[in-house]
Amino acid sequence: MQLKKQNKSNLKALLTTATCALLGGTVQAATQANTEETWEFDTALMHYSETDRVSATEVIIAGKKTFVNDEVLSLKLTFDTLTGASANGAVAQPTPQTFTRPSGNGQYTIQEGETPLDDTFQDTRVQFTGQWTQPWWEGYTVSVGGNLSKEYDYTSISVNGNIARDFNNKNTTLSIGTAYAYDLIEPEGGIPDPLSAMLIGDSDDPSFESEFNATRIGSDDNKTTFDVLFGVTQVINRKMIVQFNYSLSTSSGYLTDPFKVISSVNANGEAQEYLHENRPDDRTKHAFFGQTKYHFDSGFLDASYRYMTDDWEIESHTFDVRYLIPFSNGHFIEPHVRMYTQSAADFYQPFIQEDAPLPDFISADYRIGDLDTYTVGLKYGIPMDNNNELSFRLEYYHQAPKSNGTEAIGVLNDVELYEPIDAIVAQVTYSF
Amino acid sequence: MHKYKILLMVSIVLLSGCSSLGVQPWERDLLAKKEMALTGSPIDSALDDHIYFSKEATSGGRSFGGGGCGCN
Repeated sequence: MQLKKQNKSNLKALLTTATCALLGGTVQAATQANTEETWEFDTALMHYSETDRVSATEVIIAGKKTFVNDEVLSLKLTFDTLTGASANGAVAQPTPQTFTRPSGNGQYTIQEGETPLDDTFQDTRVQFTGQWTQPWWEGYTVSVGGNLSKEYDYTSISVNGNIARDFNNKNTTLSIGTAYAYDLIEPEGGIPDPLSAMLIGDSDDPSFESEFNATRIGSDDNKTTFDVLFGVTQVINRKMIVQFNYSLSTSSGYLTDPFKVISSVNANGEAQEYLHENRPDDRTKHAFFGQTKYHFDSGFLDASYRYMTDDWEIESHTFDVRYLIPFSNGHFIEPHVRMYTQSAADFYQPFIQEDAPLPDFISADYRIGDLDTYTVGLKYGIPMDNNNELSFRLEYYHQAPKSNGTEAIGVLNDVELYEPIDAIVAQVTYSF
Repeated sequence: MHKYKILLMVSIVLLSGCSSLGVQPWERDLLAKKEMALTGSPIDSALDDHIYFSKEATSGGRSFGGGGCGCN
């Protein structure tokens, strides 16, 4: 029995050697023939909680079957639930503000000085992912997969295909992949007419419904996303491996957030109307990603950097560093730091003045504004019997929206326009 | 077309430069450790991608950015 176990772990190690991981760990090349079929499972429970805002719970069950001829089938099922409040885009005011819910069913009031949050967010999502990877000709690995995600008001279907080729004694791997996604959004209350004013009035009035419907242009809309990704993985020496990716992503269709508005204010900064936001119906993103893993005597360094630029004039930089420290008893601890900074989309504005000409595209969503975030976290892993592993992860995520240079006017000088957000991520993972 | 030519040239330079790097098959003992896999924990990556996709304007890079949810 002992011999068999050792044999199994050696094979796992050999397979790990050949992991290209160019495409999120989906492409795997084998160094030698596998001699036994194995199933491996990862299960995780994650809870994400923002102070006074959104909280989400996510469960993942992922299974990977490796066949004797090195074909790999990966299946993943994800459930998540989301509840809580999300910023609706409007600015805080020195007086209470009333908003109509995106569904048209009722209204909510925000107290003076508080960032307007819509507390009706509640959704449950089920996602199924499948990926098939296998060796092809000498030195080639191919992989195809698909994904289906369904929420109450959102459906996403995607397919992907990748091909990877090893060179130089398997020290270099080149890869190219492509993915196509179709997303359908069917928000309760329909798609708002872009730049129309949110209807605010007596929602019990008999004419309210027809007036609300006049601010709607349809019941659903969709977008398509086409991605291409080129990757190079290179073994540098016995202790170091690097990876570089370039990816091009083009989206077209409905890229607006139907739940977001922007405050239209008078010369004293007082909100007069809330306009439904409008984003361009095309977006092209370029991302450059570099990563290295280095085997130090005391642990394993995982460092990566990503630069993204797009035709909405958003630029972002992401730094991510993890350092895994193993202990002699098999336990490990892994500190993690992530830093992210982005510049605003060219049509982002925190508010608009009522007498200014209305641009074609406008959004006050802080997530496409100037934004800095950082994450600090710690993971602790405990080996269990039969090569199983239990791990715990705790992370703190801080989002700090910033001004894009727009000067606050009148009463807006007295309120917080760029409220920071704190979130905690807690996760338990069991692998067997 | 110009962009693609540059991409092709960069690939060729990288490839030829890479041929002097690397290890022999019997020197893969350390690289073979599971901690040295580029995506050390795919499940953590999937959860992180979902969070940051929902909260920031950038997604993908390591793998496809894609769509996938109407998350707020």
